[in-house]
Amino acid sequence: MKSRIPVVLLACGSFNPITNMHLRLFEVARDHLHQTGRYQVIGGIISPVNDHYGKKDLAAARHRVAMARLALQTSDWIRVDPWESEQTQWMETVKVLRHHRSELLRSLPKTEGADQGRAASPAPAAVPELKLLCGADVLKTFQTPNLWKDAHIQEIVEKFGLVCVDRVGHDPKGYILGSPILQKYRDNIHLAREPVQNEISATYIRRALAQGQSVKYLLPDAVISYIKEHGLYTRDTSTERNEG
Amino acid sequence: MENSEKTEVVLLACGSFNPITNMHLRLFELAKDYMNGTGKYRVIKGIISPVGDAYKKKGLISAHHRLIMAELATKNSNWVEVDTWESLQKEWVETAKVLRHHQEKLEASACDDQQSSPVLGRPGRKRKWAEQRQDCSQRKSPEQTKTKDVPKVKLLCGADFLESFGVPNLWKSEDITKIVGEYGLICVTRAGNDAQKFIYESDVLWKHQNNIHLVNEWITNDISSTKIRRALRRGQSIHYLVPDLVREYIEKHNLYSSESEERNVGVILAPLQRNIAEANTEEIL
Repeated sequence: MKSRIPVVLLACGSFNPITNMHLRLFEVARDHLHQTGRYQVIGGIISPVNDHYGKKDLAAARHRVAMARLALQTSDWIRVDPWESEQTQWMETVKVLRHHRSELLRSLPKTEGADQGRAASPAPAAVPELKLLCGADVLKTFQTPNLWKDAHIQEIVEKFGLVCVDRVGHDPKGYILGSPILQKYRDNIHLAREPVQNEISATYIRRALAQGQSVKYLLPDAVISYIKEHGLYTRDTSTERNEG
Repeated sequence: MENSEKTEVVLLACGSFNPITNMHLRLFELAKDYMNGTGKYRVIKGIISPVGDAYKKKGLISAHHRLIMAELATKNSNWVEVDTWESLQKEWVETAKVLRHHQEKLEASACDDQQSSPVLGRPGRKRKWAEQRQDCSQRKSPEQTKTKDVPKVKLLCGADFLESFGVPNLWKSEDITKIVGEYGLICVTRAGNDAQKFIYESDVLWKHQNNIHLVNEWITNDISSTKIRRALRRGQSIHYLVPDLVREYIEKHNLYSSESEERNVGVILAPLQRNIAEANTEEIL
C-alpha cells in the first residue's frame, strides 16, 4: 500500500482576533486531505502577521499570538508560531513558508547512511510537505495587482502547495482558471468544501466588541476573556492605529 | 428608560437539540443583545427546553443524552440554562403548553417574591402553584397587579421555525395564535425579507406582528444539528462547531451513527399524529 505523504498546514494572516472560523479551516482542510487517501496531516501552524504589516486596527502581535495560543488549548495538532511576528519587518508569505519548511526538515530524525540496512529496512518515511492553508478569498487576492510577486505565487503553488477552503461568494475554480500560473499547478491546489457555511469574520467580531455586543460562541471563551482583560478592540484603541 | 420600567423577558427555546450546537447558543446571544438594545426590554434568563423522546423525530436520540449535552454547553453561561420539564413528560407537549408552563412558573415565583409572609419564607417548603396563585390574587393590592412586574416568556427561534407554521397539520391554528398573541416570538434569521414576507402572508402573524421580533443574523452561521450528525457519521471533525465539552461527550458515548439516524424511521411525528387524529375525531363528531 502506498504510504501517505505527511503534510503540515501553515496559515498566515492577521488573526485579529482569531475566530472559530480560522480554527475550522484547519479541521476542514485536514478532513479533505485525508479523504483523498494520499495525505496524512501531521501538524498545523498558525503564523500571525507582523505588526509592520500596517493593517488598520491591528492589535499588537503579542496579543494576537497570546489569543491564538489560548484558542489552541483544546487542539492536539495545531500550534501558534510567533516567528513571523517577531521579525523586525513584515515579510512575504513565501519567506514564512521557506522558514517553516527548513525548520520542519531540520526537526526530522537523522537518517543513517544511505546504504546501511537497505535490503531489510522498510521504505524510508516520506518527507513532510508544508502547504499553505487559506480561504478562497486569499486565492482571489493573487489577482490584485502588486499585492503578490508573480515569482512568489509560482513558488507557493509549485514548491509548496495550497489548500484552499471554500468561502461564500468566492469561486476558487474560477480564480484558478483565470490564472496561467495557478492553472499550471492546479494539481497542487486542493479545494476543500466547508459543508457548514461559517462567515465569522474578524472584522465583524471587532465591530461587535466595539458596540458592546456579544461574540460568545464565535470564538473560544478563553480568547473573549483575554480580549476583555486587556481592553482590546474597544472603540478607543481602534481608531488611531495605522491610519494612512 | 429606567430599568424598572422595562419589561423583563425570559427567552425560551424549544427544539430537538440533537445535538446542541454553537448556532443554538448564538441565537440566545443575538436575541438578548437585540431585545436589550430596543431599550424596552431586559432579558433576564434564557431557557433551553429539549423536546421529549415522544416527539418521534427521525434520528432523535434519547432525551437523557440531549439534556446532558445542553447542560455541558451552558456550563459557561451565566444566564442560559436547561429545563427538563418538557423532556420528562410521557407524551409530547405542544409548544404553547411549554410556554404556558414556564409563564405560570414565573408568575408563581414573582408572587412568592412579593409576599413577605414568614410561612412562605421557610426554606424548602413547596406549595402547589394553584395555591400560590390563588393566594397571590387575593393578597395583591391594585398597585401590585401591574403585569409588568412579572417577567414575560417569549419564544426564541430561527426562521425555519416561523416557516414551519405553514406545514399542514404540524400546528393547531389556536396554538399559533396563542404563541404570537399571548407570548411573543423572537426570530433570529439571515433572511429577514423572507421572514417578513411570511408574516405578511399570514393573517394571524400579521395581526400580532408587533409581538414578532425579527433579529438579523448578519454572519452566516449554518451549524445545523443535521450537518453535525452527518459529519460525525463520515468521521469528519466537529471541533469549533459545538462546545468542546459537548464534542467530548459525543465522542465518549459514540452517540451518533448510521444506526441512531434510523431511529423513528417510518414513525409519524407526534404533532402530525395528534393533529390528524383530532381532525378525524372532529369529522366523525
